[in-house]
Amino acid sequence: MQVLQQVLFAAALAVAAFIITKRVKYIAQAINLGRPEDRSDNPGERFKIMLLVAFGQKKMFTNLTVALMHLVIYVGFVIINVEIVEIILDGLLGTHRLFAPYIAPVYPYLINFFEILAFGVLAVCVVFLSRRYLTRVNRLQAATNEELRPRWPLLDATLILVFEIVLMIAFLSWNASDSVLRDRGVGHYGELKGVVPDFLISQYLKPLFTGLSDGTLVGVERATWWFHILGILFFAGYVTYSKHLHIGLAFPNVYFSDLVPKGEMKNMPSITREVQLALGIEPTGGEPILADGSQANENGTPPSDIGRFGAKDVPDLSWVDIMGALSCTQCGRCTAACPANMTGKKLSPRKIMMDTRWRAEEITTNRQKHGNDYDDGKSLLGDYTTVEEINACTTCQACVNACPVNINPLNIILQMRRFKVMEDAQAPASWNAMFSNVENNMAPWKFSPSDRFNWAEQVND
Amino acid sequence: MTTEKTYSVPTMADMMANGDTPDILFWVGCAGSFDDRYKRVTIAFVRILNHVGIKFAVLGPEEACTGDPARRAGNEFLFQMQAMANIQVLNGYNVKKIVTACPHCFNTLKNEYPDLGGQYEVIHHSQFLQQLINEGRVKPQDGQPFKGRKITYHDSCYLGRANKIYEAPRDVLESLDADLVEMKRVKANGLCCGAGGAQYFKEPEPGKKDVNVERAQEALATGADTIAVACPFCMTMMSDGVKNQNREDTVKVYDISELIAQGQGL
Repeated sequence: MQVLQQVLFAAALAVAAFIITKRVKYIAQAINLGRPEDRSDNPGERFKIMLLVAFGQKKMFTNLTVALMHLVIYVGFVIINVEIVEIILDGLLGTHRLFAPYIAPVYPYLINFFEILAFGVLAVCVVFLSRRYLTRVNRLQAATNEELRPRWPLLDATLILVFEIVLMIAFLSWNASDSVLRDRGVGHYGELKGVVPDFLISQYLKPLFTGLSDGTLVGVERATWWFHILGILFFAGYVTYSKHLHIGLAFPNVYFSDLVPKGEMKNMPSITREVQLALGIEPTGGEPILADGSQANENGTPPSDIGRFGAKDVPDLSWVDIMGALSCTQCGRCTAACPANMTGKKLSPRKIMMDTRWRAEEITTNRQKHGNDYDDGKSLLGDYTTVEEINACTTCQACVNACPVNINPLNIILQMRRFKVMEDAQAPASWNAMFSNVENNMAPWKFSPSDRFNWAEQVND
Repeated sequence: MTTEKTYSVPTMADMMANGDTPDILFWVGCAGSFDDRYKRVTIAFVRILNHVGIKFAVLGPEEACTGDPARRAGNEFLFQMQAMANIQVLNGYNVKKIVTACPHCFNTLKNEYPDLGGQYEVIHHSQFLQQLINEGRVKPQDGQPFKGRKITYHDSCYLGRANKIYEAPRDVLESLDADLVEMKRVKANGLCCGAGGAQYFKEPEPGKKDVNVERAQEALATGADTIAVACPFCMTMMSDGVKNQNREDTVKVYDISELIAQGQGL
């Protein structure tokens, strides 16, 4: 029986490892759909920002209560997972609380700490569920947020919270049933009698189990132990499909986030080259654009994939944008801060990030199934995000500022605008008029450039 | 005007012809040159520059749109054409330091021209005014017209979030000895006026409300009789928003430099 459990456990671990490895590769492939962009600069500053924003959750603290609750789940997640080491070793070696005899003086304190955190996680998950379904925090409601109307996003959010609650109950019940078995001196459980005391939270659950026979109790102890560890392995795989991927990707996403001022738009060196040539200036860099509109590399030969001005689809974006989309946990702080969204326009920065993720996953799955050249005829702009959405943006950067993990929805919006204007040659008529004024009158309005200095005549009026 | 003083606006071309160089170039911007309301801001700032004896110059007819609205609307080619032409003019005059009253010009000149060969020290007029006040070159006058009056300041996105300039305009307003009251959403959380990203140059997309009305309501809720701005587009949007709420008779929108000029009797 014991050996069978060990074999089953090793098999479960192997399956989980296999699935998770496959999923990590899938995610890496999705991120690598994007264009290359160098973010190897300023490692010291990047590390500091990662410590503050990702590890220290600095931007969460604009709302202290929510920040503290999120912190409980986060610390609980990280620290309770220390206990996983012992659980995994117990499972593989067929031992029971392997570490307890070796670190007997501190062991109860450790488990007590885990239990406090587990209880905290449980309580916060209940509060978070009630924020969704009872107090109905606006940014979490499908009624007011179009992007939450498909079934998956809210189901995903609810599943995670319920799952965390169930896992924590399993953890506490396991400790409680184990304590009762220890009290009774049953089998190997009794060996720790006198070594391991009752634990801080689970002691209150013991009355639930004292009426059970030894056999049933061992069954409960084994069931909760197995449920807890299998649940965690399942969760690790599930996370890769879920908005909860942020627990891992938030760190690299913050590390590689933009360091330049929020108002700065990325330059397009290929255009700089063309403009310099047009103005008779020696080109300072960039790759020449070939007759067919594609960009050549430094040797003047066409690149393997044809470059596009701006972004029509996910592969036209930078890998940083795609990592941002995969790091997004759909909290909606960006959308809540968006002036276009709050005044009823279709734009929602969260939807931009969700669209980017769904499309990145669709392309990745297609490529795995049908090869890298497969074209499904769909694109991010058009099939997911509409022109009406991107045209509503005031580029105010409130979304960029609001994101707790430094995602930049604005960059994706602006890349799509570049595509729309430069490749599709489509812009609202009044924008075309503005372009023409800038080009011909050196101002966005139809004034004569020679009148530009007329204001100075009024300076002594 | 009570003053007998005459104000002058030298151009870079004049300066160069006289073999002279200014300490700073005042980048007026398109709104500052053509928009009737914002021309008054340009004039107020020029009067302050004259008043404190700053050796400045403008490009005059040689100035052209920085290209900001074209770039934000997606027309990178047009932006770079504008930028490159401007950089040729600026570098031709060997310009080192630029002050501008427009946050969009400020952001573009400061953050986006360096990639295209234009390296300048660029400051916004709010920072410039703050320096003048700190150096004691602009002193609060006796009988301040602002004492006891409520002023609220609207953060421009391209000054605030874009470049983290939150305190300079507020310091300038503090010097007026007025009662500076803040709106609900300020500084990093400031609400856009609705004009940025080239929205100013087209009708808004379909929605329930205009962004400038939302912001004007927030400004009016402070009870301030003056809404201070530091951006030509915020100026128009906030003025229209106040009008939309039928409060234009009692609540005025001013640029911070106009308030300083008024305080100095210029």
